Amino acid sequence: MQHESEIRVPLILGNKSYHQITEDIVRPIEGKATKYWYMLFTISIICFCWGIACLSYTIGVGIGAWGNNNGVDWAWDITNFVWWIGIGHAGTLISAVLLLFRQKWRLAINRSAEAMTIFAVMCAAIFVLLHTGRPWLDYWLFPLPNTFGSLWINFNSPLVWDVFAVSTYFSVSLVFWYTGLVPDFAMIRDRAVKPFAKKMYSLLSMGWGGSARHWSRFEELSLVLAGLATPLVFSVHSIVSMDFATAVLPGWHATIFPPYFVAGAVFSGFAMVQTLLLMMRKIYNLENYITKKHIEYMNIVIIITGSIVGVAYLTELFISWYSGVEYEQYAFINRATGPYWWAYACMMTCNVVSPQLFWSKKLRTSLTFTFIMSIIVNIGMWFERFVIIVPTLCRTYLPSTWNMYHPTFVDIGIFTGTIGMFFTFFLLFTRYFPVIAQAELKTIVKSSSEGYRNKAKHNTHH
Amino acid sequence: MATKKYWKGLEELNNNPEFVQKANDEFAEQIPVEEFLGDSNLVTGGTNRRDFLKFLGFSVTAASLAACETPVNKAIPYVVKPEEITPGVANWYASSYYDGNDYASILVKTREGRPIKIEGNELSKITMGGSNARIQASVLSLYDSSRITGPTINGKYSKWKTVDEEINTNLGAIAQKGGAIRILSSTIISPSTLAIIKEFIAKYPTTKHIMYDAVSYSGMAKANAQSFGQEIIPSYYFDKAEVIVSIDSDFLANWLSPIEHAKQYSLLRKVSNQRSEMSKHYQFESNLSLTGANADERIPVKVSEQGKVIVNLYNAIAKASGSATLTSSPLSCDSIIQKVAKELLEKKGKSLVVCGSNDINYQLIVNGINQMLGNYGKTIDIANPNYTHQGNDSAFTDLVAEMDAAKVDAIITYNTNPVYTAPATLKFDKAFSKVPLRISFADRVDETASFANYICPDHHYLESWNDFNPTKTQYSLAQPTISPLFAKPTYQGSRQAQDSLLKWIGNPSDYHSYIQNNWMNSVFAGQTKYTVFTEFWNNSLHDGVAEINTTSSSNSGAVAGQGTTNFADAAQKINAIKGSEFELSLYEKVGIGNGNQANNPWLQELPDPITKITWDNYVTMSPADMKGHYKLMARQDREASLVNVTVNGITVKMPVVPQPGQARGTVGIALGYGRIKAGKLSTQTGVIGTNVYPFTQIINGTLSYTVLDVKIEDAKEHTEIAGTQIHHTLMGREIVKETILEKYKKDPTSGNHSEMVHTNSGLKKAATIDLWDEHEKLGLRWGMTIDLNSCIGCGSCVVSCTAENNVAVVGKQEVIKTREMHWLRIDRYYSSDMSKDIAAEKKEGAISMYLDMENPSALNPKVVFQPIMCQHCNHAPCETVCPVIATSHSSEGLNMMTYNRCVGTKYCANNCPFKVRRFNWFNYNGNSDFAFNPTQDDLGRMVLNPDVVVRSRGVMEKCSMCVQRIQEGKLDAKKSEKPLVDGRIKTACQQSCPTNAIFFGDLNDDNSAISKLRKDDERNYFILEELGIKPTVSYLTKVRNCETTIEEGKEIEETEKVKA
Repeated sequence: MQHESEIRVPLILGNKSYHQITEDIVRPIEGKATKYWYMLFTISIICFCWGIACLSYTIGVGIGAWGNNNGVDWAWDITNFVWWIGIGHAGTLISAVLLLFRQKWRLAINRSAEAMTIFAVMCAAIFVLLHTGRPWLDYWLFPLPNTFGSLWINFNSPLVWDVFAVSTYFSVSLVFWYTGLVPDFAMIRDRAVKPFAKKMYSLLSMGWGGSARHWSRFEELSLVLAGLATPLVFSVHSIVSMDFATAVLPGWHATIFPPYFVAGAVFSGFAMVQTLLLMMRKIYNLENYITKKHIEYMNIVIIITGSIVGVAYLTELFISWYSGVEYEQYAFINRATGPYWWAYACMMTCNVVSPQLFWSKKLRTSLTFTFIMSIIVNIGMWFERFVIIVPTLCRTYLPSTWNMYHPTFVDIGIFTGTIGMFFTFFLLFTRYFPVIAQAELKTIVKSSSEGYRNKAKHNTHH
Repeated sequence: MATKKYWKGLEELNNNPEFVQKANDEFAEQIPVEEFLGDSNLVTGGTNRRDFLKFLGFSVTAASLAACETPVNKAIPYVVKPEEITPGVANWYASSYYDGNDYASILVKTREGRPIKIEGNELSKITMGGSNARIQASVLSLYDSSRITGPTINGKYSKWKTVDEEINTNLGAIAQKGGAIRILSSTIISPSTLAIIKEFIAKYPTTKHIMYDAVSYSGMAKANAQSFGQEIIPSYYFDKAEVIVSIDSDFLANWLSPIEHAKQYSLLRKVSNQRSEMSKHYQFESNLSLTGANADERIPVKVSEQGKVIVNLYNAIAKASGSATLTSSPLSCDSIIQKVAKELLEKKGKSLVVCGSNDINYQLIVNGINQMLGNYGKTIDIANPNYTHQGNDSAFTDLVAEMDAAKVDAIITYNTNPVYTAPATLKFDKAFSKVPLRISFADRVDETASFANYICPDHHYLESWNDFNPTKTQYSLAQPTISPLFAKPTYQGSRQAQDSLLKWIGNPSDYHSYIQNNWMNSVFAGQTKYTVFTEFWNNSLHDGVAEINTTSSSNSGAVAGQGTTNFADAAQKINAIKGSEFELSLYEKVGIGNGNQANNPWLQELPDPITKITWDNYVTMSPADMKGHYKLMARQDREASLVNVTVNGITVKMPVVPQPGQARGTVGIALGYGRIKAGKLSTQTGVIGTNVYPFTQIINGTLSYTVLDVKIEDAKEHTEIAGTQIHHTLMGREIVKETILEKYKKDPTSGNHSEMVHTNSGLKKAATIDLWDEHEKLGLRWGMTIDLNSCIGCGSCVVSCTAENNVAVVGKQEVIKTREMHWLRIDRYYSSDMSKDIAAEKKEGAISMYLDMENPSALNPKVVFQPIMCQHCNHAPCETVCPVIATSHSSEGLNMMTYNRCVGTKYCANNCPFKVRRFNWFNYNGNSDFAFNPTQDDLGRMVLNPDVVVRSRGVMEKCSMCVQRIQEGKLDAKKSEKPLVDGRIKTACQQSCPTNAIFFGDLNDDNSAISKLRKDDERNYFILEELGIKPTVSYLTKVRNCETTIEEGKEIEETEKVKA
């Protein structure tokens, strides 16, 4: 039981009863999809299909279909990979870290944030799997026993660390998400009338009976998984950042990268959660569950992480000057004044300047403004990764190798495709999965107790 | 005796009826035949659904499994193994290359009967083991599927017999009526060919032989005729010239005998502890040539002023030595000319003045200058003329006039392409088509051959016998290194031009025996080394070269006629030259040259050493002239403006690129491009560049490669330029270390200071601080050192590397995407007007300083070349990041690449500080977008080096330091049971270097040349060694024989003031 201050706005508005919550949450699943849903789904699936076409073309002819070149060997592929992985971080942070910190407001958003994590990591995986020259040999990155002789992987390589980090992250996130879904699937199963749906949800709910023993195990498992997932929030992006930090290139070789990448990941992840939830609450009429308070809390996380990112940017600049290393100094002068100055300017505005506007209560509680900002932050974070990768590789040690990078239609197509895939999956998720962890959410419902209290108050008056 | 009964078992012993029955049956058990055949389903049912699905499943699986199998390429062993061929072991043959322009004595490497690599022949006294890019690439021209496979009559394939009969009849008829027959060829230096032509003329007395060179030196020969009474071109000895003054002569890359000159030139450019003197090289020119880029002092002058520079230099020297001066006009660079004159006079007899112009008057006065300086007999050898360029421009114009007047009845063209190369004003094609009988020896239907009635395709030089006489005393032989590619029974085949001529004369001898006879009668007599001809012949053939004794021991006397030369008249004509707003100077590129190998993709993809641009020619213009009018291509911009260039009413549209150092008011365009009928390359990629030969003109009876009045207009269009280097300055980084001679003499380490780091035990060299363990020093450890002072940037090594290592050709579009595959590149940097010192002086901030540094000095930058290949770092950043250990370190210090293991994450390439790694973005060997890649052509594939794997799509590749050569050298040593001799193993780049700038050897051997060099030479440095990567390749500081270094930049400012 949890005590809540009187001055706090309740986390669920509209004085909902348990039954009403159930009804509200299964409505998108049991009811018909709305016009908006169909519109968004059509756009998403078209983008997804175009992405598949571009990917097939890439696999057919080789990654020469992209704009990468012999100076800029990583470009949009790794930019997108890091971007998607970063977005995923918010889900884990919300469900695991906030669980451990007993932040109850997470209950309304954790399910969709976790779904977002899963889909974002899937998008990221596409890039990391297909950015190789011979993707059919990607399995060589795993330490598999083989018949090729004494071949083994190179444990010195950050890419191998990546393989472990990302695959662990994906599997833990998936299990965590699914565990939370089990009681909710059971609820839908119990209500389902169509035989096929009933059968499917029976399978998915794995025989959940809602007994006290089930709940006890459920709670324990959630706690253990939260404990496992928490270090992953920090480790995955730290390791991803080491792809750059362990390199010898000026602009990559920086010890600040791990914390700065993690902050950036949470920053962009929360922005993506905002984008999704603001749309979802509108489409599915979930305004009573995903309240302004939730939005505001998330905006506060955005200010904090945005500021950490901003400090990291400034620290990088300072350290490059302080290092006294010519190449290091030039790498940052180049970011700001080189041919890609516009990308740097865009990154700075979107990530450092614009989140500071959230200091104003009026702005951070404005839904429209939050929605716009959530998009801007993700644009900014995409540019952050772009700035780290492309302008750095365009101008490294030998000026004779300096060049430019231009994306091709395939680069753009695959990126659009992953966005399409992300939204396709997310939209399907909202139609077939309970978008709010209703079983858990019900633990903070106070409608009956308040009802009694109100009744009691009433009685004393009389 | 009772017969013993043996039985197999109790059953037989008992022999019951059951057993008897069974023993008679074929099968132990009843076969259910009846049951099976009696099944009514078989008859009525047919195949049921389950069976159908089973069969379907099986056949689909079987079919797809069968389709999965990789196609098998069969290697067929020799049925009868040729005695001299051992599969896997290369055979080397001495031969010679001469295409009417370049000459080199060469060694041809053949594998299993296929020539795959050309290397310089060190026995030659002319080329001394050197070669250039065009010669290196010539082996690919052999396997050119655009060659025609047999004789043609009016464009249709025919038979040699028919062709010979028809030509004989025609020639006979013409001879009978006394009609004129002409043989038009490029310079022929083959004594035997000349003898055959002589016989031809004897048989058909109305025949005349005219030599015409696309890039002509006729003016020099004519000037020498006036000066010395001999229409010859002398040999030049740059190794004896301590002061070299060149007026627009690109003698290191193209002029006359560039390999020879580069070899000689480099001898006086090398400095060491033993020898700290260098020659001093002045260059006056309009375009920034390769030679100008290597000059100590380069003075950009307008095209119209070049002659005046010569006159003023003549006057300055004449004044000092008390001779008569000529009328002159003042020039802005007069003060420098005075200085040059002074230095020349100090080195009388040890200096050399050369001029690249084909104008007789220019050359006359240059002769006068060298005369006054006493250079004849010392640095210029008239007694040993160079025969490689004998084209006679006036004879050629006479021929065109004759043809135009329909006075020529037959013309035979040999190794010449005048329809493509002749000036537009001559209207050669019109005149040519008036000749009734046109016979060509071209190996393809080129621009000229397409006019021919008969094409009698000549062999490629690697399929031919030949002999050459490049200078008076030097002879060399060419021998076939492969049977003709196109031969019976599949094709009618090509036939050596000389054999065709012999056939038409009616001489039954073949060319091989003809040469032998000819040598027996002439060359053999000129030498005294051998007494028996067969011995002489065999040795000459083995060595590739032969030398005859000079008849006149000294040549200083050959300077008669000096008094008769009318210098005043020449000077007057020069002074009368009027300039204009834009003047054009046409030049040759290192790769394409005069354009005869335009169908060679290796050469098209070789970056121009100066502009670094591939697959195109373009207008070079001073950035100062372009500013405000055309795109300056700054900040790695590949977009160039297109301009309309108009000369004498002919307009062509070309891109214009900024060329720092281009004299203001001048533009340059390369010859040799825009060939429409060079072969299949132009159909695969579109016509490459634009032909500017029509801009050449006949002036004073010689071909002129300059145009004094050219109109340039903005075409208001843009195009992308395929440059391999699009940033041009060093940005103040010490990647290239350089110093000046004066400082070097005082302190050999000048310009070579290492990055130092403060440690608890005092200041230490950054490179000595290490987190890693040193590699064990076992056995061999390979190292390479490159002398930046010797490297002239010619690109010979780049093509050599391409040929040796099967490097893919990727084409213009991929070069635009920075995806060229060259394992070895030559970085070229221009100096900038901004430096750290200047910024400190002017108190400029870092941001504006770096912005200024991005721009090269527009007016007259210093240029430096730096060959870069994999540096084989001992603590390689690429090795630690590869997730699958596809790149690793060998015990011999090499960074190895395992293509099979490579997944293609490209992390190694990102982490390479030198950016030498090359990724296979596409399947260059199968993707039809890259059809021009030699690996995609059945013939072209034959040029591949079987010791080097052809890389597939999706893998990384890079310089292996010719590991196959290292392996071969080690195996040879092992077989002969002797230790490996230092210098036995040479990398491809090292071998082809005409200036011996590359050293390679074992670093563990203290007595190896490279170990000694590194120990003794204070100029030795490693690029970026402060990163702790411990590169294996080192460089030697560049030393300039000039007054200031780039860093000081003051001199540059001065010249700017003068120009302003």
